[in-house]
Formats: sequence, C-alpha cells, structure tokens
Amino acid sequence: MTAPGGSMPTYLGMPSFPAAARTAVADSQLRANLTHATRTIRAKRAGAVAELSDWEELRQAAKAIKDHTLAHLDTYLLRLEANVTRAGGHVHWAVGADEANAIVAGLVRAAGANGIVKVKSMATQETGLNEALAADGIGALETDLAELIVQLGHDRPSHILVPAIHRNRAEIREIFRRRMPGAPAGLTDEPAALAAAARAHLRQAFLSAQVGVSGANFAIAETGSLVVVESEGNGRMCVTLPRTLISVVGIEKILPSWRDLEVFLALLPRSSTAERMNPYTSTWTGVTPGDGPEDFHLVLLDNGRTSALADRTGRQALRCIRCSACLNVCPVYERVGGHAYGSPYPGPIGAIISPQLRGVTSPADASLPYASTLCGACYEVCPVAINIPEALVHLRAKVVDAKREKNFSPERAVFSLSGRVLRSPRLLAAAQRAAAASGRLVFRSGRIRRLPPPLAGWTETRDAPVPPPESFRAWWSRTRGGSGPPERAGPRS
Amino acid sequence: MRIGLFVTCLTDTLFPDTGKAVVTVLERLGHQVDFPAGQTCCGQMHFNTGYRREAVPMARGFVAAFGGYQAVVTPSASCASMVREYFPALAAEAGDPGLARAVAEVAPRTHELSVFLADVLRVTDVGGYFPHRVTYHPSCHSLRMLRVGDAPLRLLRAVRGLDLADLPDAEACCGFGGTFAVKNPDVSAAICADKVAAVRRSGAEVLCAADNSCLMHIGGALARQRSGVAVMHLAEILARTEETR
Repeated sequence: MTAPGGSMPTYLGMPSFPAAARTAVADSQLRANLTHATRTIRAKRAGAVAELSDWEELRQAAKAIKDHTLAHLDTYLLRLEANVTRAGGHVHWAVGADEANAIVAGLVRAAGANGIVKVKSMATQETGLNEALAADGIGALETDLAELIVQLGHDRPSHILVPAIHRNRAEIREIFRRRMPGAPAGLTDEPAALAAAARAHLRQAFLSAQVGVSGANFAIAETGSLVVVESEGNGRMCVTLPRTLISVVGIEKILPSWRDLEVFLALLPRSSTAERMNPYTSTWTGVTPGDGPEDFHLVLLDNGRTSALADRTGRQALRCIRCSACLNVCPVYERVGGHAYGSPYPGPIGAIISPQLRGVTSPADASLPYASTLCGACYEVCPVAINIPEALVHLRAKVVDAKREKNFSPERAVFSLSGRVLRSPRLLAAAQRAAAASGRLVFRSGRIRRLPPPLAGWTETRDAPVPPPESFRAWWSRTRGGSGPPERAGPRS
Repeated sequence: MRIGLFVTCLTDTLFPDTGKAVVTVLERLGHQVDFPAGQTCCGQMHFNTGYRREAVPMARGFVAAFGGYQAVVTPSASCASMVREYFPALAAEAGDPGLARAVAEVAPRTHELSVFLADVLRVTDVGGYFPHRVTYHPSCHSLRMLRVGDAPLRLLRAVRGLDLADLPDAEACCGFGGTFAVKNPDVSAAICADKVAAVRRSGAEVLCAADNSCLMHIGGALARQRSGVAVMHLAEILARTEETR
C-alpha cells in the first residue's frame, strides 16, 4: 500500500474520535444547536428533493458522469489545463498541501499584496492555507458569513456547508462584539443585524483587495471554466473585484462539459441548502480584458486524491460534491458535531475522505472509519450515490490490516479468538454452556449492571442480558433430537 | 416448504425464546423447520469491524449448513442483509469460486422473517393474539439495507388485540451499530437516549423490532431506567395466541 501523501497541517495531533466525541456529547449548548440545525435542514431537504420526480435518475446520472470523469481523469485534466491556458489563465500543479500553499503565497507576493479575500473553500481549509499565509505575513480574510464567524472566533469549521452550525445567534453576537473591528454599538442577535454588521465589515475589504482566493465547485474541461455556487454574493465579489484571482481546486472537481453541469446544478442546491436553485452561480473562463481579474491562476491540488483513486472501493468518495446532506442526516454527527472528526471534512463523508487523503496511521485517522453506526442514512441521501457504509467497512479492514504486522493487540486477540469460536458449532455450544453457568452463578438478579472492559462501555448506560440457562441450540437438541429434521409424518396444517 | 432456520449466534446464545417463536410460527403455518446444527454466525461483527478474513470461514460455514434448503429464514434483518448484500463481495475477495457459487445459490433464498412471511409466503395473519400496546422500531438494516418496507407492520396489524402505537422519529437509528456501541459508547448512548425518549412518548408497553441486537441495546437502556417498557422480538409477538399468552 502506498502512503496517500496528503496532509491537513492544521489538524495534526487531534485526539481519536471517541475521546473528542465524549467531550462534545457532554456539551449541552452544542447539542441543542446541532439538534435544532440538523433537524430543520434535513426536513427542508426532504421537501426539496420530493419535488423532483426524476431525483433517482439525476442521482444515477451524476454518479455515472463522475465515475466516467474519474476513470479518464488524466485526459480531462490536460484538457482543462489547455483550455484555461488558452483563455489567458495560468495552471499550477500541487502534489501536497505545502506545495499548494507555497504556490499561493508566491503568487500573492508577486502581486505585491499582503492580504487576500477568500471565497468559502474546502480545498484551502484542507491545505491550511490561512495559517500558512499568516506564517508568511499575509493576512487572509474569510468573507463567507459563517467562515467569518469561525475566523473571528479563533474557531474551526464544524460543517461543510454551515461552518458555524455549532454556534447559535447569541454566541455569534458575542463573537462579533468582542472580535469584529468596528462592530456597531448595541448590536443585537437579530439575524438581519448580524448580517448587516458583517456586510459593513467586509465591504471595505472587497473594495481594496488586490488578490482573491477561491476554490471551485466544478471545473469544466471543455472550456477551461470554473464554477462557484454560493448563497451570499461574497464569492461573486471575491472573484470579480480583485486584480488577481487564485483558485485552489481538487483534481476531482472536474466535469467534462457544460451539459454535465446541468445535472449537478439540479442536485447540489436541493441537497445542501434545500433550495431549488442557489442565489449566486459565478462562472469564469481565464481572463477577459476590462472585465474582472487581469490575472488568473488555477492551482490543481492532489493531496492524496490519486491514492484514493487507486482504491476500487474507496474512490467513490471522490464523487463527493460537498453538499453536506450526509452530515445532516447522520445520527453520530447530530450528537457530536464536526470538530471531533479532526478534519475540515466532518461527518460520514469526512470519515471516508480524511483517512483516504491522510492514511490510517494516526490514531485519529484510524478511528474515523469506526465513527458510524452504519445506519445507511448517508447513502440514502447522497446525491452522487456514494455508498458510504460500504466504504467505511472497507476502510475498517484497511485499519485492521495495517496493524496486522504489528505487535500484540488486545482487540485483535479478541476477534481472533471469537472468530475461532464463532466458526465452530462445537466451540460455540461450549461457550454457551459456560455463559449459561455464569448466568446462573454470577448474575442471579436477572440483569447485568456492570461488565469488565472492553464491555464496560456498554454497561455504563445499559443493562446487559443475562445468558439464559439453555441456548436455542441446546433446546433444539433436547426437544427435537439432535441436528436433523424432527421425526414427523409430515407438515402440520 | 422445508425451511432452514438460521437462528443467528446472538439469538441462539442470548435470546433462545425468539428462535422458539420462529419455529412456532412457521410450524403453525404448516411448514417443516430444520435447525442445521452446523450453523454458527454470519460473520457480520468481524466483517463490519474490519476483520474480513476472519469472516470468510463463517461464510463458508453458513453455505455448508444451508445449501439445499428451499428457503433459509432468520429472525434478524441485519444478519440477512449480511448474507444477501455482503457475502458475494466477501466470496469474491477470498478468491474462492466455489464459495462464490454457493453464495449465489443460498443468498437469494435467505430471508428475514417478516419478509418471508408477508412477501414470500404472502401471509400477514399468522394467527397471533397479543392484547398490548406495542410500538415498532424499524432497524436500520431492515429499513435501508434489506428494505423490508412495511412487512413487519402488516404482520403486527393482523395480530388480534394488538394496539399499534406510532413511534416518533421511527426511522432514526438507535445507536447500536455493532461494535460501535462499545468503541464509541458515549455517542451510542446519546443516540439511544433519543430513541428511548421516543419509545416512551409512544405510550407503548412493548417495543418490538426485527433485530434482537437493536432490542438488546434499546432494551438495556429502558431496563437501566426502570422504564417499565419491555422489548420483544417480532417473532415472539407473532407466536402468542389466546392459548399461550
């Protein structure tokens, strides 16, 4: 197995999921915010999706388009590069996060700027661009309202679409009051007042910025065009006002043609914000004299994606269009929020993307494929039909297999022993007799209130059943005479 | 019909009454039930936890025990979905064409109990009598993997005396998730807390499901809270009659 080679610098040293989740689960404010937000948005999404009678066909079409594109990624990437270049743009290729950040920093300096305005972008969250630029003395201003809240709060995004989902409006007011330069006196927690404060704060930055940085929802190979889909209009400002525009885009964001885009523009808004159509869709192709940026750079980012592409089961994660529908329906995400996933990609999709981009060697990444009940709600809502439970189970095997060469592991010993018992009817019957004996001797109260590790976590909140005096197998053998079919004249009626 | 009962390791070991109830119901409908003693476990716990190669011998054991039956019936939607959905991939991975052939033969004839009764046999009234207020939790694997639809509800509605209560947010996961319940006990308990609250809001005396695994989890929490709500596998409700209650 080759190492994926991806990295997300700002998330190094995160605790494993169960440890981080323990804290999150105990946070009543977080739980209330998440319950309210996820329930609201998933009901709205269900309504928006139900309006389309051909949703399943759209979903299968999107899956087919993405799979085709990923299978011919080399062809389409070269076509994209040729068409971006022809339209007056410059294309850069970045293998890892550090390389992408260095390219952006170099371009900002070459433009003579010491700051940038940013469109909400998952790719630059992934590379830790803001932190890398700060180390180079370049200030990055997030202009998406929720990203701004996160940035001002010295916080981390906890949702792909709604990065400040873990905050309610009272908390946002408090962040603005303390951290936003020039926040209006007497700011209330009315959404309109909060949005107006952010607008005033951002306006000057839009008008004076020399460099804008964006990601892209889609890159159209046939014309070399980029597409950004958004709700607030801040993205439109960032991609049209500054003289220099730099777009950092994962190599899987590519679509062959505009015709393909149609399918995704039907699926994405309904899946993410439950809107029939998103308010702002910006597209641009290279540079146009006298209109918009004079200098356009596209940074194509690998950061572990080609390694994921090599994995037959895992590669389906590269179909993801970052809609967040899977987060909003996930029973685990609803109770824990995004921070425990230790990655800009939280929730079910994060649990299959992060370990593929970063590998499964760190305890945090090795714990992510297990951060799911495998309930399947994510697969059901995914607009590109990513079978997330299948990928999770596949990655769990990778985690186990990566540790097989290593020394003794208590878990492996348990699974190896239980595997031997559970494949032998004789050993299973013996184990059942032992359990029945312990049930009679030890747990005479009729319920088990406390078990030793590794089952202690179970009995912390749940009683466990007492093994019955006789297993089904033993009952059958006693009453029906062994293994064969019961001696009878024929079926009763 | 000669039916092979796949009782599942969990039900065999901890909930034998469910297995007995399946036998009762199927025999009441005039079928011959066998319990092939070579059966053990479908391997789902190992497979889902990442111990895939340990699961292969269990798949081999399953097809050896159940080859040749017209139908294999199991009181677990979760184990049925393991056999039907994941055995083919497991056999392919093991590079064993013999196993793959055996799986292709047995898996499509392996049915979860409610699907077997309502959709294969097309019987919804199995002669049950259960004069209690019951609510039904559609387990995730029954709902989203096996897609049993409303088969369990049709069966419950045909039970005489049974008062079927709606379960709020019924389709939400209970938080069991196999080894998830042990590896992530805090999140598992947090999810379960909401399920327990929904069960209690339903006003039911009995919570019913087609999987003893989820019932062990939700029932463990209901018992810890001394809620007074019992949990029962669907088969045990269907098996009750005026004579046996």
